Amino acid sequence: MSVPAHDSVRQLERGVELELEAAEPSLGRPSLRRPLLFLAAVVVVLFAWEGVKLLGGTPWRAPGALPGSPVLWNPPFRWPFANDLNLPHVYSIVWAMFQPFQRGAEDSLLRYLVGAALYTWREAFIGFVLGSLLGLGLATIFVHSRLAERAFVPYVIASQTIPIMALAPLVVFALGQGVGSVVVIATYLTFFPVTIAMLRGLRTFDPRALELLRSYGASRREIYTKLRLPASMPYLFTALKIAATASIVGAIIAEDTGAIQEGLGRVIITFNQYYATGPEKLWATIFVAAILGILFFLVIRVAELLVLRGRPGVGE
Amino acid sequence: MTAPSSAPIVRLRGVDKVFAARDGARTVALQGIDLDIAPGEFVSLIGPSGCGKSTLLRIIGDLVQATTGEVTVNGKPADRARRDRDYGMVFQAPVLFDWRSVEDNVRLPLEILGRDKAWRVERARQMLDLVDLGEFTKHMPYQLSGGMQQRVAIARALSFEPRILLMDEPFGALDEMTRERLNDEVLRIWEQTGTTIVFVTHSIPEAVFLSSRVVVMSPRPGRITKIVDIDLPRPRTDAIRESEAYFARITEVREALRAGGGHAGSGAGGAGGADGSGAGGDAGEAAGVAGTASARRTAAEGAVG
Repeated sequence: MSVPAHDSVRQLERGVELELEAAEPSLGRPSLRRPLLFLAAVVVVLFAWEGVKLLGGTPWRAPGALPGSPVLWNPPFRWPFANDLNLPHVYSIVWAMFQPFQRGAEDSLLRYLVGAALYTWREAFIGFVLGSLLGLGLATIFVHSRLAERAFVPYVIASQTIPIMALAPLVVFALGQGVGSVVVIATYLTFFPVTIAMLRGLRTFDPRALELLRSYGASRREIYTKLRLPASMPYLFTALKIAATASIVGAIIAEDTGAIQEGLGRVIITFNQYYATGPEKLWATIFVAAILGILFFLVIRVAELLVLRGRPGVGE
Repeated sequence: MTAPSSAPIVRLRGVDKVFAARDGARTVALQGIDLDIAPGEFVSLIGPSGCGKSTLLRIIGDLVQATTGEVTVNGKPADRARRDRDYGMVFQAPVLFDWRSVEDNVRLPLEILGRDKAWRVERARQMLDLVDLGEFTKHMPYQLSGGMQQRVAIARALSFEPRILLMDEPFGALDEMTRERLNDEVLRIWEQTGTTIVFVTHSIPEAVFLSSRVVVMSPRPGRITKIVDIDLPRPRTDAIRESEAYFARITEVREALRAGGGHAGSGAGGAGGADGSGAGGDAGEAAGVAGTASARRTAAEGAVG
């Protein structure tokens, strides 16, 4: 069977074309889909919220209006969970943000909350960094020493079964009231997900890549920096995203025990106590705390995209 | 080729490898392997699946230790040779580091060898030109096809000028056309660099086309049944793929495989048969591809020079 030469030429050219096609950099276009979906979800929640109030809330009045002012809308039902005390109007919460945070104060509630959030975030961030380093260090030791892993990993796990409410006072007794205690507690909540994820992440390398490095006579240190660590990055960032939000929750809780006046923890306690006279303020605080967590999460996500760029399957 | 007698670069004496399972069951993977490989030789190890040829390659490369016997490489024990960076390894899968660009992958061994940066950059460029990937230095591995990735792996293995290149079925996962092109490329590189190559393969035509000697192994326990000298002229062009002498060597290797298969019967025979039919297909395809492959190669050489 003689194949005409030009046919196989074409075949070979086709092969080369396919190779080039495969080689075409498939640049992941920055997609607007996800942010838009997120916004759509927010809008749906807001509509549902106000819809419930439309059907079964307290009679609608303008935000900040005194009792006795004209009723704008009288809902057909009276559901207790939807009244203005339990579920204030979204617009009332927004309106409250731009009012003084307490009678006679100069700062608006929003400004006050943003200041408190930044204060809390600073504590959380320091704890997050220390906790991540601690987690990474522990995992590095454990993957290099079976003995250390067997001996200490059970304690790492046990440490997380202690309720933070029980542990926080102990830390404060030991270190005194102040930012130090808050940072320690944020660290404590952060190191665990990083340790556990990296125990696995530092072992996910391709065993053939290890053989390859050994054939170059690479040291343990080089195997760590050139293979184990880079291969573990997807695991690290998954853990960091959990740790970021956990560090904020930890800092808020610890601020209460640590008697920190400037952070979100104190604000939440105060507005909790005065909920009856200003439910919008507590809700506004919860929103700000949530937004803080989301922003911290997004910062880690952006770092993740930068570090993992060029790897297959990144950017979904 | 030089006779494998004077000062072999790889010297195996009485090498046995026994794998002991946890339950105490012992599998004899290799038995009584004696082999000398001269500097600059191209030696292929061929045999049916499970004959221990990959294990033998790994013993030479000190990635697996022999149970008994003596492994001398470059006049020193294998582990010493490994630490002296005498080896380059190419596996069946490219095993590229997917967080490194193509050129950074090629530079990896140079980093571990502590070469300075300017040299690493220069060397990676040379090596990628050598395997015709000069335009893809900044690409990430996943953006390349399988054949291109394997060429990156070859460039990486050659980058630090190892004395011995150990290749474990490097083209086993590739289609026939890509495989033939890469065979041409490996031969060209081998001729240019003068390195010693030990090559594990399943394919009889591939082994015959590339090698100066083909080591035929029997199934478990792996033993060397025959060493076939391939006295075909060099450089090996596509014309050789159609020559009488080429087919005669293929037949010789196949018969050695069958004979060695003896007691394992159908296993070895089946492998031989499969490879045989593959050889038939090769011959037809080789005739068609001949012109273009050599045209491509001259173009490549132009780019290197």
